[in-house]
Amino acid sequence: MLYGLKIAIRYLTASKAQTALLVLGVAVGVFIFIFMSALIGGLAEFILSRTVGDISHITIEAEDPDPAVLVNGDGLVLAVIERGRTRTATLSDAATYLPLIENVPGVVAVSPQIGGAGFLTRGAQVAQVSVTGLEPGRESAILNLRGYMVEGSERLGSGIVVLGETLADDLSLRLGQTLRLQSSTGASAILTVGGIYDTGNGLIDGSSVYVSLPTARALFALPQGVTRIEIKLSDLNAADATALRIASLTGLDAVPWTDGAEQLMEALDAQAQTGYFLKTFALITIVIGVASALLLSTYRRRPEIGIMRAMGAGRGFVIFVFVTQGALVGLLGGVSGAALGYLALLPFPSRDAFEPGTLPMDITQGSYGLAITLTVIGAILASILPARSAARVDPVTAIGQ
Amino acid sequence: MTALLEVSDLFKTFGSGEAETLVLSGLSLTLQEGEMTALLGPSGSGKSTLLTILGTLMKPTSGRHTMLGRDLVAANDAALTEFRNLHIGFVFQFHNLLPDFTALENVVFPTAVREGRETPAARIRGRELLVRMGLGARVDFPSAKLSGGQKQRVAVARALMNRPELVLADEPTGNLDRVSAMQVMDLIAEINRDEGTTFLISTHDEKIASLCARQIVVGDGQVTG
Repeated sequence: MLYGLKIAIRYLTASKAQTALLVLGVAVGVFIFIFMSALIGGLAEFILSRTVGDISHITIEAEDPDPAVLVNGDGLVLAVIERGRTRTATLSDAATYLPLIENVPGVVAVSPQIGGAGFLTRGAQVAQVSVTGLEPGRESAILNLRGYMVEGSERLGSGIVVLGETLADDLSLRLGQTLRLQSSTGASAILTVGGIYDTGNGLIDGSSVYVSLPTARALFALPQGVTRIEIKLSDLNAADATALRIASLTGLDAVPWTDGAEQLMEALDAQAQTGYFLKTFALITIVIGVASALLLSTYRRRPEIGIMRAMGAGRGFVIFVFVTQGALVGLLGGVSGAALGYLALLPFPSRDAFEPGTLPMDITQGSYGLAITLTVIGAILASILPARSAARVDPVTAIGQ
Repeated sequence: MTALLEVSDLFKTFGSGEAETLVLSGLSLTLQEGEMTALLGPSGSGKSTLLTILGTLMKPTSGRHTMLGRDLVAANDAALTEFRNLHIGFVFQFHNLLPDFTALENVVFPTAVREGRETPAARIRGRELLVRMGLGARVDFPSAKLSGGQKQRVAVARALMNRPELVLADEPTGNLDRVSAMQVMDLIAEINRDEGTTFLISTHDEKIASLCARQIVVGDGQVTG
């Protein structure tokens, strides 16, 4: 087989220009494959980071207990205690679960929170807001508050509130000014504006405020426990599996972000399918290119194949020579195309620095190894037909040509 | 002398129906070990077809073909390929060297294709043959750059590489000038004399044929003389 390899290499190097063109053709196909992989992957990453990057990947919320009912001996419901208007359900044992959850593989941040509704009053102006109590020191665990700050700091302490720029404008609030926050339970607190953020999300910027967890406990009369636990993962695609794992560990109802995001997932799937089609077409182009070039080579070398057969080369040897040529072309073209693709993707910003208006190319999603492997396999498959054709060459006819 | 090769009642037809052409019609022939035989006959007499069948590159339509005691009509393609590699050498009219290979690489091909690589022993043998052919200075020369006579001498060296019992030469001097033709024939005669290799040489040239100890004339698909 070593000798077959030598002949295959000799045939490729004997027609340098033709081989270079063939390798270039394959490399362009691989380049397109890698470019499409990086674009489709980067685009999906960009969309996900913009839509779910700043939300909890897994959320555990306290479940309201079933309403108490009074039933007579015949099973007839006599009385029902209706749910209260304000949220009372709590995760009272949250402190026990937090270390367990933090140790689950893939979990990068855990944020115990107390959430509820409230009214913000500044002079005569009143705004209805959503209040979230965060653990001091973990303010940016889920929503990257620090990254969105336009004034002040995201640090939450006693008597500090952090709010959005839209809300601050609506209430004519400035950094260091005070306001009154009344919760839905009726408790109120006088707070100082410690920071103003701008996330670009109208709902968060216009109607959400953040206070420290102790402040929220006082506002919502929750001396212990939390109302929800938000969890961030290193791989948001692992949310379903990790949620199941957390649920089995804690017995709590862990909900992945994908619940209720079916439309987004469908859109991403459709985008991925488009990518597969484009990559498949690139591979088909490679296969056709290699097959046609090798068929041409087979035809051109028919007399030589005839001589080899006359000198005692078996059909298997001839097949090996031509299949090896295909494999070498695939390998050379695959590696060259992968290198070209990598170099072409280098100038694009990294996935963490995608900016609006630029192509969100993710160099880490180029599928380089896959591209090279598929190209070599494709080139080998493409060379089988020419190789079989070469092996069937009749030595007598070929030598007489 | 013992018989190296024997064919009897050999028939070969090409085409079918009205286009059927009978090329060999009951030809019988025996070659003894160490013979140097000329195969004479006009164009279309069946010389080339006979050589092709004797070289196991083609099977007869019917008849018997044995060499070294083996029935070559019944053998399959793989067995014939191996037999050809070990026991038969070819010299064609147009040398038919591999153009992208050097003279030495062409010569060692029959051994290398069997061994799976160019062994040092094969390279030594190939080099010796080229020196014997007067091509010691052209060992690593690209075959495409050799002259016609040199190419034909490389082809003779290649045919002898595996020390075959039989070398079939189809018009080996037909494409050479008189001087080159005589050089090639002298080499063939020398090898036949020194190594006892059997040669069957197809030729139109009476002078070339006269250098052979035996002449066989083929006409109308049969041995006529």
